[in-house]
Parts: sequence; C-alpha cells; structure tokens
Amino acid sequence: MPSRMISHFGDQVITSFEKAGDITKLFLDTLKWCFKSKPNIKQTLQQMVYFGFDSIPIVLLTAMCIGMIFVLQTGYQLTKFGATIYAGGISAIAFAREIGPVFTGWAVASRVGASIAAEIGTMQVTEQIDALKTLATDPVRYLVVPRLLAGVIMVPILTILAVLVGILGGWIIAISNLGITTQVYFSNIQSFLLPKEIYAGLIKTPVFGATIAIIGCYQGFNTFGGAEGVGRATRNSVVTSTILIIFFDYIMGAFILAIWK
Amino acid sequence: MEIITFKKVSKLLGKKQILDDFDLSIQSGEIMVIIGRSGEGKSVTLKHIMGLMKPDSGEVWVDNECITQLNDDDINRVREKFGMLFQYAALFDSMNVRENVGFALDEHTNLSEEEKSKIVAEKLELVHLSGIETMMPSELSGGMKKRVGLARAIARNPQILLYDEPTTGLDPINCDVINNLILELSKKLGVTSIVVTHDMQSVFKIADRVAMLHKGKIIQVGPKSDFRDPENPIVRQFVRGEAEGPLTDEIIQNVLK
Repeated sequence: MPSRMISHFGDQVITSFEKAGDITKLFLDTLKWCFKSKPNIKQTLQQMVYFGFDSIPIVLLTAMCIGMIFVLQTGYQLTKFGATIYAGGISAIAFAREIGPVFTGWAVASRVGASIAAEIGTMQVTEQIDALKTLATDPVRYLVVPRLLAGVIMVPILTILAVLVGILGGWIIAISNLGITTQVYFSNIQSFLLPKEIYAGLIKTPVFGATIAIIGCYQGFNTFGGAEGVGRATRNSVVTSTILIIFFDYIMGAFILAIWK
Repeated sequence: MEIITFKKVSKLLGKKQILDDFDLSIQSGEIMVIIGRSGEGKSVTLKHIMGLMKPDSGEVWVDNECITQLNDDDINRVREKFGMLFQYAALFDSMNVRENVGFALDEHTNLSEEEKSKIVAEKLELVHLSGIETMMPSELSGGMKKRVGLARAIARNPQILLYDEPTTGLDPINCDVINNLILELSKKLGVTSIVVTHDMQSVFKIADRVAMLHKGKIIQVGPKSDFRDPENPIVRQFVRGEAEGPLTDEIIQNVLK
C-alpha cells in the first residue's frame, strides 16, 4: 500500500512537471507568434472589450467592497493606538501594492479565464480547432495571441480602476464611520502613497493578465470528453490561475522589495 | 498519378494499435472511399493526411512531399491544397455563414470585401444554399451545416477534398443530397476526394475505388464493383451489414479474454 501511494505521488509530480513544461511551451509559442506575424487587430480589440470593459462591474464592485472593509478594519485597530487618521494611507498602500492587483487578477481569472477555457474547450471537442488547422491557420496565432495581448493590456488598466475605487470605498467609511475628514483622508494617502508603491503593484499585473490568458487557453486546448471535459477545463483554469497569481505575486513582491526598498 | 501515399504507417493511440504498417495509394482525381468499423482508424487516417497527427513510424506523401517530415510552416503551405468536411461540420459557432465560408479568404488573401463576398456567394451556390450568408450556425439544420462546411472547404479551390463521415447523422434525403454534392464537386472542380464512411449506400453511389480498413491495415482495395459480392468473409460481413460473422466473432472473443 505505501509503495502504491509513493508511486501515485511520483506520477502526480511527473505529470505536474510535464504540464508546467507544456504551459511554458504554449507561452513561448505565443510570444513567437506575437513577433512573427501582425496580430489580428479585430480579434484583439474584441478580447480587450471582453477582458477589460466587460469585467469593469465585477472588478469595481469587488474593489469597492474590499476598500470599505479594509479601511473599516484598519481604522478600528488603529483607534486603539489613537492613530485612526493613518487608516487611509495604510489601506492605500496595501491596495496599490497587493490587494488591488491580486483581487483584480482573481476576479478576471474567475470571469474571463473560465470562459476562455470553456470557449476553446468547446472548440476542441467539436473539432473547430482541427478545422482551424485544416484552414492553414495556427490556433496559437489565431486564438491565444489576441487573448494574451488583451490580458497584458487590460489587467493593469482594471487594476488602476480597482485601486481608485478601493480608495473611494475607503473614503466613504472614513468619513461616515471613523470620523476622518475628507482632507485628512486624502492628504494622508498623498503622503503615504508614493509613485514607487503604485509601480510596485502595477508591474505585476501584466504577468497576471498573461497567466489568466495562457492558462485558460492551455486548459481549453487540452479538453477531452465532451461536456464533462469542458467543465473540468473551466474549473482547472480558475484553480490554476488563482494559485499561479498568488505564487507570482509572492515571487515578484519579494523581488521588488529586495531591489526597491 | 499518385497524389497521396501511405508507406508503412503505424500509429498507437493509448494501448490500441490504430494503424499497423498501413499502406495505401490514392490517385489524382479519383473518389477513394475508406470503409471500416467505428474505431478502426478511418478518421485517424484522414488526420495523418492533413498533418493533424504524426505517425509513430512510416511516411505520408502528399503531392510529392513527405508531410511527416515538414515543419509547421510547410505543413500549413501543404494544407492550402486541402479542404476538409468534418463529421459534424465543425463550423465556427461565433461566426455567421459568410465569415465561416470566407474564413480562409479573410486569413490568407488580400482580396477586397466585394471579391470575397462574391466568392462566398459562388461557393454557397455550388452547395445549393444561396442567400444564407447572415445566418448563424445555430440557425442551420444538420444537413445545411454540412453543406456550409463543404462550401468552407472549397473556398480556396483545393486540389484534394477530405470527407469525414459526411452522411452521419443525416436523414436519407439529406444523405443523398450530400452524396450528389460529392459527385458534383468532384466532376466540376476536378478534385481528388477521400471519403471516410461506413454508409454502404454512399459507397456504392460515389466511390471510384474502395479500401477496407481492419485492424490497422487495408485488407481489400479496388473498384466498388469488387465490393458488391466480396470473397473476403470480413469484407463480406461488413458490406452486407450482418450481425454474425468473423468481425463480431472477434469482438466476442476479445470480450471473453
């Protein structure tokens, strides 16, 4: 029994490495096509609307709620030390560096990443991907490049919006619950939130956008087994993207802190 | 003149040997029909011709080029010689009929919108479906989808047309419509046609030559007249559609093992 468990664990490790290799290959193939041929402008714009514009409500709603909760909780804790006025500044830094980028990434992964996997997965099981190939069209160039570009461009824009709305959400709580005036709230943010804090957060977001696009496409291309397979691909896309976003966030966050204190 | 040649092609999928030292030659301009039971590797054969699958060993030659040794760019160049009709048409469901049929024109040519629309209209007329350019695939019946798929396949005047079970899932009348189209297109466009099917009515209507695939090999190939009363008991059972015979005996033995 233990030997079977070890063997099963070994198989899982090998499969994980194989998948990581395939995902990296898909990413490199997509990069190659980005430079090798002119991107399809129509497709890219469509994906940008889908990735970005259509995600605005869910991203802003999430950001507003988190901004409100964060300032409420931070302010409550700071009240104990008589430092309530710092709630805005501390929350703004947390929002710009970590919460804004990560929550935007997660919101987009669950909305867009899942639908990319479902769409491409359905194309895979209905032979539409094979049809693309028979029409002498590379599926990576046609399907992945526009999604990768849309992710890399739109996730940073969504993050900027999320940070702004998060700060506004915090302001509502600051003036209504914490007794901080508007002027104090924003001047505190101004003195805490230096440009480098904003850059430190934003620099991670194109990576999150690329992760969502590549993982969604990878899961879609590897779909098999009809409707059940499409469901599995969708779930795997969200789970993998969510984990990778937090993984890359930690790696890049630690690296940025080390070089840019 | 041979346009497609399989030389000792083998392919293992999972634990099943789908193609096993498979040899077959297809002549330019003929309608070759490949028959065989479901799961015997007929569609896999087509996918090897298109370069959608690579063999484990052996070679596939298309128009004097060994497609198994080409890189992706060259495979795409060779694919421009082909058109393929898929079993369930495989229309792009986010695009309307105009965009489906004109896909290859949009992707690979610099023709004006007017010229492309004219070609799309011509191809739709060839499959007797004029005026449906703005319809979406979800609005089409099964037979119409196949005909739109066929119009898409011939949009760039291919030399070779591949049909993967073209009559599957259609009523008898639509089956006959598709069979007539295969014959019409073969005659009008002068293309080589390779049809994979297990519909014997289609076989006797459209084939110039027939090849029967069994256990990864071609066990009989020849003009369709040879298949009307074949001597090989396996071919005979398949052609007559009999429940009892060597083909079903093999399955029972495999289950008992």
